Amino acid sequence: MNRDDLQTIAQKEQERQQQFRCRLLCCASTACLSSGSPSVQEVFEQAVKANQLTKEVQLVSTGCMGLCSRGPMVRVQTPNEPEILYEHVDRQIAQKIVSKHIVPEPEVTPDVTPHVLSQDIPFFTRQTRVVLSNSGNIDPERLEEYIMHGGYKALVYALREMSPEQVCDEITRSGLRGRGGAGYPTGIKWGLVRKAPGDKKFVVANGDEGDPGAYMDRTVMESDPHRVLEGMAIAGYAIGAEQGYIYVRGEYPIAIKRLEKAIRTAERRGLLGSRVFESNFNFRVDIRIGAGAFVCGEETALMASIMGRRGQPVPRPPYPSQSGLWGYPTLINNVETFANIAPIINNGASWYAGIGTEKSKGTKVFALTGKLNNTGLIEVPMGITLREIVYDIGGGIPNGNTFKAAQTGGPSGGYLPPEHLDTPVDFESLKALGSIMGSGGLVILDNESNMPDMAKFFMEFCMDESCGKCLPCRVGTVQMYRILDRFTSGTATWADLQKLEELCLLVKETSLCGLGQSAPNPVLSTLRYFREEYESQIRENTIPLALGKNGDKQ
Amino acid sequence: MANVIKDDASKSAKAAEAEHPSGDPRFKLVDRALKRLQYQQDALIEVLHTAQEAFGYLSEDLLIYTAHQLKLPLSWVYGVATFYHFFSLKPLGEHTCIVCLGTACYVKQAGEIVSKLQEEFGIEAGQTTPDGKLSLSTARCLGSCGLAPVLVLDGNVVGREGPASTVERVRALVAGQIAPVEPKSASPSLELEEAEAL
Repeated sequence: MNRDDLQTIAQKEQERQQQFRCRLLCCASTACLSSGSPSVQEVFEQAVKANQLTKEVQLVSTGCMGLCSRGPMVRVQTPNEPEILYEHVDRQIAQKIVSKHIVPEPEVTPDVTPHVLSQDIPFFTRQTRVVLSNSGNIDPERLEEYIMHGGYKALVYALREMSPEQVCDEITRSGLRGRGGAGYPTGIKWGLVRKAPGDKKFVVANGDEGDPGAYMDRTVMESDPHRVLEGMAIAGYAIGAEQGYIYVRGEYPIAIKRLEKAIRTAERRGLLGSRVFESNFNFRVDIRIGAGAFVCGEETALMASIMGRRGQPVPRPPYPSQSGLWGYPTLINNVETFANIAPIINNGASWYAGIGTEKSKGTKVFALTGKLNNTGLIEVPMGITLREIVYDIGGGIPNGNTFKAAQTGGPSGGYLPPEHLDTPVDFESLKALGSIMGSGGLVILDNESNMPDMAKFFMEFCMDESCGKCLPCRVGTVQMYRILDRFTSGTATWADLQKLEELCLLVKETSLCGLGQSAPNPVLSTLRYFREEYESQIRENTIPLALGKNGDKQ
Repeated sequence: MANVIKDDASKSAKAAEAEHPSGDPRFKLVDRALKRLQYQQDALIEVLHTAQEAFGYLSEDLLIYTAHQLKLPLSWVYGVATFYHFFSLKPLGEHTCIVCLGTACYVKQAGEIVSKLQEEFGIEAGQTTPDGKLSLSTARCLGSCGLAPVLVLDGNVVGREGPASTVERVRALVAGQIAPVEPKSASPSLELEEAEAL
């Protein structure tokens, strides 16, 4: 395989697609699969077979189209006509779509307008799709379609035209920062691993997306697996590694399956494995399946898990860039970070640096969930305001309720109250407000939510997920949970509030790894913006109205 | 052992597997994984995944067997198996119901679904009913937040359910009124290709 072969494949694929008079794209990501897209696909398949149209109509199962709350979604593309997007498709509507688009001369043309979703709505127009550019447009299981959309061009370019130093410099100049949450500059990290001494080096993609309410990495892996592999291979070339691992959560069976297939096809075609693109560069990728431990998102714990051990973190330094997997220098980046690499190499660092704000470049994928009209997966430029995300893209709060807070960063993050709706969403601004960017979970709460209860929810999570290695986290989270429980059951005192604040600081300052250090964040953040709710609960000593008689949410 | 030394690798593997001391054919799945991973100690989690898939849960015997095969101390294997939530050391019920308690589901009242189910079947989350019919558990985000609140009934994801309708569904499931639907493969083409590759 060389550059010309790549072009031939792209051309062939294009010719193949032009033969069809109609392309039916059916979303096959987890959310749509569970809301009935398999039966919709079945209807299409049967119709195509029954009418003997396999040469005229192409059925494609794509990755996520974004608007998960309106799934299953179907996209119809016909040459010379604008494409049509259908929402909430079930068997009956699928049948109607069949007679409208597939059958050449139908007896009746059914009216499907109520299910047509305009692509001019702000949900689509306000997004900037870099990482998700292929998501929902290509069949993630076909390498040819990825190549047709410019896939693996960046890898071959890097291998042929750039030195490893140049690749690192290019990434540094693009301003890309780690998408896992901490926002460490990616190029600098690559440079560190490249310079670290070691006869072997490793690349690890962190796909252990444990934050509840976040599914960006899963979607990227499900919808465009080759993009992640290409990013990893470029990283391998830049730092001098020959082996990569993708660590995927065991809860993501579809992502695992598609990645496995992507690795197999890429190796068969010579895009991975030994002598990639007929160069002297070898790069193998293996999948490691997680087994359900949130702490494994922490890099040292993740490496322990890859090596088949209990996922417990170890103190840093030494950092993985010096001594990681089996003691060798290891580069760990988030899946989304790797997905950004190919576009940067293809379009240049200055193009990427032109998106976003001064210190946070590029785009960020968010999983927009909670009390919103449009929930789903979005990709927006850094620096967009929260108001735009909630009211334009998210379509506002349903049932006439009002916005109360946006939760970012999962159990390690915090809350943004209504007065900060006009804050630009980037690494620095969120940090200044006591929250974090996190991996990209964005949960919107309305006025029915009770803040001490939400704090308790996250504390319970951290308590369960604490690995038990260091004392502040193991004991502190339990004690904080008990105090928060008193707030939601109406027995809290002023002393509890004081003790809670002291404990928060203690756990934050003394825990070993990120899980413990950030576990108090949701409490601190709710105390900062919604202290009144805690205080009124002490004063009135009643169970808040939003909660039931056991203190559980009703 | 003459039959083991044959040119046909798959046949000899089969013969060796058939000789497994316990006589349990499921061990051959574990053995195959062990061979594929070259008995590397680092691959412990992968082996446990396969073992749990084959047996449904990790029994003590299975842990001892894995420890022997990988030449690891049993305490090490036990430590790993108990550390990760994914591994279950107890057999599960005939039917399983997993309620997602991720943030998005939680703000959409998944907590109440769990308490209703607990009330209805008299078990806590993480337990199995005494008759072995139903296992109830909770999960930390299944990544289907757009469908919140989300449940997984016998491996099928169900979204947008309320507490009452969930109890109805689970009751029907346990009573056997809903035939356990085989989860449809997301990608028929993949299996085809796999068949071709073989």
